Amino acid sequence: MTSVSLKVNGKSVTREVEGRTLLVQLLRDHLGLTGTHVGCDTSQCGACVVHVDGESIKSCTMLAVQANGLEVTTIEGLAAADGTLHPMQAAFREHHGLQCGYCTPGMVMSAVDLAKSHEHLDEKTVREGLEGNICRCTGYHNIVKAVLAGAEAMRSQPAQAAAE
Amino acid sequence: MSNSPANAPVNATGIGASVKRREDFRFLTGQGTYTDDINRPNQTHAYILRSPYAHARINGIDTAAALEAPGVVAVFTGKDIAADKVNGLPCGWLIHSKDGSPMVEPPHPPLVLDKVVHVGDQVAVIIAETCEQAKDAAELVMVDYDELPAVTTSPEALKDGAPLVHDQATGNLCYDWHLGDKAATDAAFAKAAHVTKLDLINNRLVPNAMEPRAAIGEFDRATGDYTLWTTSQNPHVIRLLMGAFVLGIPEHKLRVIAPDVGGGFGSKIYHYAEEAIVTWASRKIGRPIKWVAERSESFVSDAHGRDHVTHAELALDADGKFLGLRVQTLANMGAYLSTFAPSIPTYLYATLLAGQYTTPAIYAEVKAVFTHTVPVDAYRGAGRPEACYLIERIVENAARELGIDKTELRRRNFIPPSAMPYDTPVALQYDCGMFEKCLDQALNLIDYKGFPARKAEAKARGKLRGIGLASYIEACGIAPSNVAGALGARAGLYESGEVRFHPTGSVTVFTGSHSHGQSHETTFAQLVSDRFGIPIENVEIVHGDTSKVPFGMGTYGSRSLAVGGSAISKAMDKVVNKAKKIAAHMLEAAETDIVFEQGKFTVAGTDRSLTIGDVALSAYVPHNFPLDELEPGLDEQAFYDPKNFTYPNGTQIAEVEIDPETGVVRIEKFVAVDDFGRVINPMVVEGQVHGGIVQGIGQALMENCVYDPQTGQLLTGSYMDYCMPRADDVPSFIVQYHEEAPCTHNPLGVKGCGEAGAIGGSATVMNAVVDALADLGIKHLDMPATPLRVWRAIQDASVPLAAE
Repeated sequence: MTSVSLKVNGKSVTREVEGRTLLVQLLRDHLGLTGTHVGCDTSQCGACVVHVDGESIKSCTMLAVQANGLEVTTIEGLAAADGTLHPMQAAFREHHGLQCGYCTPGMVMSAVDLAKSHEHLDEKTVREGLEGNICRCTGYHNIVKAVLAGAEAMRSQPAQAAAE
Repeated sequence: MSNSPANAPVNATGIGASVKRREDFRFLTGQGTYTDDINRPNQTHAYILRSPYAHARINGIDTAAALEAPGVVAVFTGKDIAADKVNGLPCGWLIHSKDGSPMVEPPHPPLVLDKVVHVGDQVAVIIAETCEQAKDAAELVMVDYDELPAVTTSPEALKDGAPLVHDQATGNLCYDWHLGDKAATDAAFAKAAHVTKLDLINNRLVPNAMEPRAAIGEFDRATGDYTLWTTSQNPHVIRLLMGAFVLGIPEHKLRVIAPDVGGGFGSKIYHYAEEAIVTWASRKIGRPIKWVAERSESFVSDAHGRDHVTHAELALDADGKFLGLRVQTLANMGAYLSTFAPSIPTYLYATLLAGQYTTPAIYAEVKAVFTHTVPVDAYRGAGRPEACYLIERIVENAARELGIDKTELRRRNFIPPSAMPYDTPVALQYDCGMFEKCLDQALNLIDYKGFPARKAEAKARGKLRGIGLASYIEACGIAPSNVAGALGARAGLYESGEVRFHPTGSVTVFTGSHSHGQSHETTFAQLVSDRFGIPIENVEIVHGDTSKVPFGMGTYGSRSLAVGGSAISKAMDKVVNKAKKIAAHMLEAAETDIVFEQGKFTVAGTDRSLTIGDVALSAYVPHNFPLDELEPGLDEQAFYDPKNFTYPNGTQIAEVEIDPETGVVRIEKFVAVDDFGRVINPMVVEGQVHGGIVQGIGQALMENCVYDPQTGQLLTGSYMDYCMPRADDVPSFIVQYHEEAPCTHNPLGVKGCGEAGAIGGSATVMNAVVDALADLGIKHLDMPATPLRVWRAIQDASVPLAAE
């Protein structure tokens, strides 16, 4: 067992983990943050995307010990403390960008990073940027609408977007 | 067209309003509760050891080393299952062959005894303190296999000398079934001016709901009660099948909970072995047991879909009127009969072969075949996409052969609205439908007239452009129960609904249908808000727990609103009827003088009124109450058994562009115009259509489940190998609907929208692909039209030209 200390959603945590423990297992099984999902075993589906030091990462491709000393944000840490949704979360609701909800946490975390890393987003960029996130319900149509609207809202509401 | 003013909602949360979803907050903030998110006190973890062979005899299983491994609590094999007299997984539909004999129904043990028949078959369960320990210990279980020859496709499995999947299934035949009038169909072909023939394969698919299946079994020694949490579309069906048929647990001692479920698409209808294993073993070890599939396990243990091999012939007269349709289909059942598998290529397929057309004579023969592959069952559309694909592909080819425009040929053969209700020659009665209206609207949306110019422009750029359409019809809300029973269904097909008014005026609705993405918590609440005139915030929808909800059949076949919503509607009728009596007493008026509107009971022609909340309070505090006539309380239940199927229909059109250098197909435009009857929430309906279309596109262009024909190994067993549609593979869509032909036989006038996109989608795309390639003389391509397959077809077609 190895000790790993990191900051998750702004809180410092320390846990003893096996060397093979994945970051997603640390989050789900050790910290009870079950909002991050596992949809595959080949790092393809993106249901487990979280932010590590501000960048989107598939948490099934990273060992928990590799996150030692880093800052992790999960879907649970995205909304404001008072429950106000992050502009990207709000856009997914507004545009019906989710159905069963299983891919949603990873999709939203990827979308936030996508919006932050592009000055301007268009449909093509969004579709290519979400290539690593599989959704089986929505056909992507409303997800694309949501991401474009969410990115726009993040630009016009920088204060809330920075709450992350 | 969509959401026209005539159908504008009466209030912002009523019928016809795009109410934002009430389930979204928890999903968007990571607070959903999926089965794998649940952990029980003192819980253990199970790992299922699966067969690495498609077909093998098991000489022995040595579990000694595994039992000694760290953290291991127990290891069980088929011998333990047999010793406890655990039964096999039952099949829910009996098909009889042409000769009247029942289908062959081989046993389907939760853990095999001495033979495995597909890669992924369950061999042993290892239970340990952690999931990792169980998985590590599984590597120490020594199974002595003798590998045997395997067969994976229906045509091969039917050949003389093919390896047998089950000794009792001679020639691997499950049943040899037929539907329709053979003599009339032969006569139609005898007088035909033209016959179009088509051989096609409806490719095997893996449903791939994003949440892998999971189950937690728990036994309470104090009470003798079992609880199963499972990723199911229909918890009562699981309780019935597992409790009564597999484990012998009476229903009052078994609770099945399907919490938030991450998509199903049919694959989570069935009772699976793992559910029975964790429930049974939880009593043996006296602790809760959790099992969660890895995706690679899902590929070899979730029921697959489609997998038909078909020869079809369409007879036409000189004017292009369809005279007859002859169909021979081989349907791959896989190694065992999954819960509803036998009904899919029969009553959900052949009964739809009239499509939207007046074809007077149809004869279909279907052979269901066992192979050494994962069982095949309903996947979004279930039989109806296969029927639509066949009809719309052969109609398209007929139009091309006869030189008649594809839309004109369809118009000549559409069943007109004036002919409704219409009895098809394949046992259905369509209640309503305006097929030409959907076609016209779709043609407008895609600018069909402008297509030749767009094709020419593409050609100038070296691209091949094609346009294709599918005019689909489906049968949803399968019913009535007595008719389905006569056709072999071993279950009822009604739905339950309970509407419980609380004393202070809020309402809890219990529905037997289940939401795993379909938005019941929003749309069902809209029904209640609309009917009772109360704020939607005062309505809660409860589903997915057999201890709370009356017996219901769950969600499949686009039935939730048409059947489940109708049950709620019936229960609301009962509430209003009783409340009216109470109101009459309170207002000292005759019941016949009481009018209920917008949440108020009013004495007609007066300003004397009570809100439904006032009446509810009186029902629970019955001081001023007609106790001589009525029981207190305001809590009503209804079971709704539909009189007929519903028949959603519509037309989809796709325009594609093919790069002949690479074979890459790009969808440039995609439109759909649907008739779902009355629409409760346009936003939700459109979302369902988008998702369905992409599953249709996936089948047409990307997805394919491939087995190695020699070894029976699944070659597409991960997302690295099985091509799931991603955001950059598909376009945005134009989706519209009309509400001018509401269902005539259910109280809401609704038809169902969950499967439509997937039913028309693959045929639409393939018709467009073949249209783009038609100038090269290509008449058909089997799905998926991958770049390699398209490029090869272009190369093969171009060979004679190159030789010139």
